[in-house]
Amino acid sequence: MSIEARSPPPQFAFRLKRALGGRAGWSGFFLQVLFALVLVWIGYEIFVNAKANLENQRIASGFGFLNNTAGFDVSQSLIPYSGSDTYTRVFLVGLVNTILVAVIGIFFATLIGFIVALGRLSPNWLISRVAGGYVELIRNLPVLFQMLFWYLAVLAALPGPRQSISLFGVSYLNNRGLIIPRPIGERGLDAFLIAILVAIVAWVILHYYARRQLFQHGKAMRIWPYVLGLLIGLPLLATLIFGVPFKVELPELKGFNFAGGMRVIPEFVALVVALSTYTAAFIAEIVRAGILSVHTGQMEAGLSLGLSRGTVLRLIVVPQAMRVILPPLTNQYLNLTKNSSLAVAIGYPDLVSVFAGTTLSQTGQAIEIIVITMGVYLALSLFTSAIMSFYNWRLSRSLGT
Amino acid sequence: MKRVSLVLTLALAAGFAAQSASAQTLKAVKDRGQLSCGVSQGLPGFSSPDDKGNWTGIDVDICRAIAAAIFDDPTKIKFVPLSAKDRFTALQSGEIDVLSRNTTWTLSRDTALGANFTGVTYYDGQGFLVKKSLKVNSALELSSASVCVQTGTTTEQNLADYFKGNNMKYEVIAFTSADETVKAYEAGRCDVFTSDVSQLYAERLKLANPADHVVLPEVISKEPLGPMVRHGDDQWFDIVKWVLFAMVDAEELGVTQKNTDEMAKSDKPDLKRAFGTDGNLGEQLGLTKDWFGRIIKAVGNYGESYDRNVGSGSKLQISRGLNNLWNKGGIQYAPPIR
Repeated sequence: MSIEARSPPPQFAFRLKRALGGRAGWSGFFLQVLFALVLVWIGYEIFVNAKANLENQRIASGFGFLNNTAGFDVSQSLIPYSGSDTYTRVFLVGLVNTILVAVIGIFFATLIGFIVALGRLSPNWLISRVAGGYVELIRNLPVLFQMLFWYLAVLAALPGPRQSISLFGVSYLNNRGLIIPRPIGERGLDAFLIAILVAIVAWVILHYYARRQLFQHGKAMRIWPYVLGLLIGLPLLATLIFGVPFKVELPELKGFNFAGGMRVIPEFVALVVALSTYTAAFIAEIVRAGILSVHTGQMEAGLSLGLSRGTVLRLIVVPQAMRVILPPLTNQYLNLTKNSSLAVAIGYPDLVSVFAGTTLSQTGQAIEIIVITMGVYLALSLFTSAIMSFYNWRLSRSLGT
Repeated sequence: MKRVSLVLTLALAAGFAAQSASAQTLKAVKDRGQLSCGVSQGLPGFSSPDDKGNWTGIDVDICRAIAAAIFDDPTKIKFVPLSAKDRFTALQSGEIDVLSRNTTWTLSRDTALGANFTGVTYYDGQGFLVKKSLKVNSALELSSASVCVQTGTTTEQNLADYFKGNNMKYEVIAFTSADETVKAYEAGRCDVFTSDVSQLYAERLKLANPADHVVLPEVISKEPLGPMVRHGDDQWFDIVKWVLFAMVDAEELGVTQKNTDEMAKSDKPDLKRAFGTDGNLGEQLGLTKDWFGRIIKAVGNYGESYDRNVGSGSKLQISRGLNNLWNKGGIQYAPPIR
């Protein structure tokens, strides 16, 4: 009783002192505050001085330009956009395009990276040499050249729109991209989407239920027939009750290009291919290192239990390797996102192209636009890091480390 | 990277400079012993380096004329090649003294960029280059076409306006450099390459088979190209402005690179004023009395520069058209030197 009453206050003060001032105590704390104040003051001076000088030279400043009409068009936009929209809209269009490339690029880079890594570790001589050759070739060439190569290679290989390669008469491939039929929403669309959503939720619930059954009662459940039934059956049912969810718009050649349908532009393809193959080479090495870091005894033990090589990798080796893989993998994801800003070289309308490019030169407000753009990349990177940290946290929790 | 470093320079220059660098450009250039001139990354006829690294072109001649007027030596120049989107930042940050890079004079560029246009070196307009095999005779037949364009130019807006105004659909693909744009056009990514007409003629020469491509007759915009200087230095603004006027006036007065020395001895009052044998007009500009003679001796008059770089004496073979003198059917007109 008496001990408890005495100890907390000094300990708290001591901790506070250590946290704020380090070893040096309060004098250290004072110096830290002084240093922070000096930094703030310098920053403030730079800001005020810059503002005054910009005004002196009558260079436009401020963020008012964001509400002005852009007046130019963009080749790919996932959100509705026309030339009469504002620069804010242009910013969003570019942002969405950047995120699209980053997400799809990360997906394929991870997929290819894992496959190549497993290939390189394969006992098969040919497969491991091919995978090794891939890594050494791709990671040693500058990514910008790879982009230009893929872009010009894609363009050179494909015919013009009038000589398009027809895929079953509904899709077409030419040097303007891949044109596929476009679904247009009809009366039954809402019900259809809700049905799919319900099916997915049911899938997740089933998955957890099956896991509990396995862990608690040792009963292995086969859930995929139910899942498949739900995923197909529910939307089908919704269609029967509420009518057709969408009709399909087929592309047709009109003038110089195809009208109607959806289009995947070659710039996008070249960018995704270049970024994902390039990053995959690094990811492959990271994954290989991670797998090699798991003791060979684990593999041998798994094999001696009669499990196949693939099962051992999937259930025993890779989960343990993930701890080593994740931090450098995050780095590669960030690199891919940042490298996507090279897109402007091949005419893909990413954030740097439409916002830090066209918008900047039309408004001339370099400082504001570059600050916004850098902020976006910072936010994207921090967001990616956060997701990966969360995943890492979950992983280490589940591995009990 | 170049872009970010330029913006950093601008931010630092704006942030740390005690006062904006006004009224000091001439002195700074003299102290440096060199004019820093922003040019394109290679546009034949306007500014492009030859195989020995010598820059030539009508925009380059403006810089050479300024250097000649200041140093009596048209080679005392550092050329800074700039992409369309980096050019203004380079001027604002003080990396270059003058931007002479086929830049269209518009209201917003004249005001919000913190810079001024000093005159018009070349009256241009935007046009379209297409493959002959498409059998297109007019830009109005271009509905649904894919169009390649260089980003950071006035071209993108003109293009949007033109297609919208004529109710035509199109797809735009924008690249940073002119070379990439032309490469994509040549690879068949787009049906049309659009830019200033002069540039279309210049880029056409770079194509594998120039005769297979044709510039359509429509000119959809006004593109007066001219040099730019920073706000806040009126003396420097005057110098750059009058260097161009001197070249135009020289053509009107019949002064050429060859006959400069003879003409300098002339008794005609307007020639005497120009050559500085009478009065001190050059000194009023902050230059020397013989500024006019120095310029013409170094680069010739406007007409000579035009012919040598883009006109009949060049590969481009563009006729004078609007760029002829005002008394010969064009609109090139310079205030008198007096």
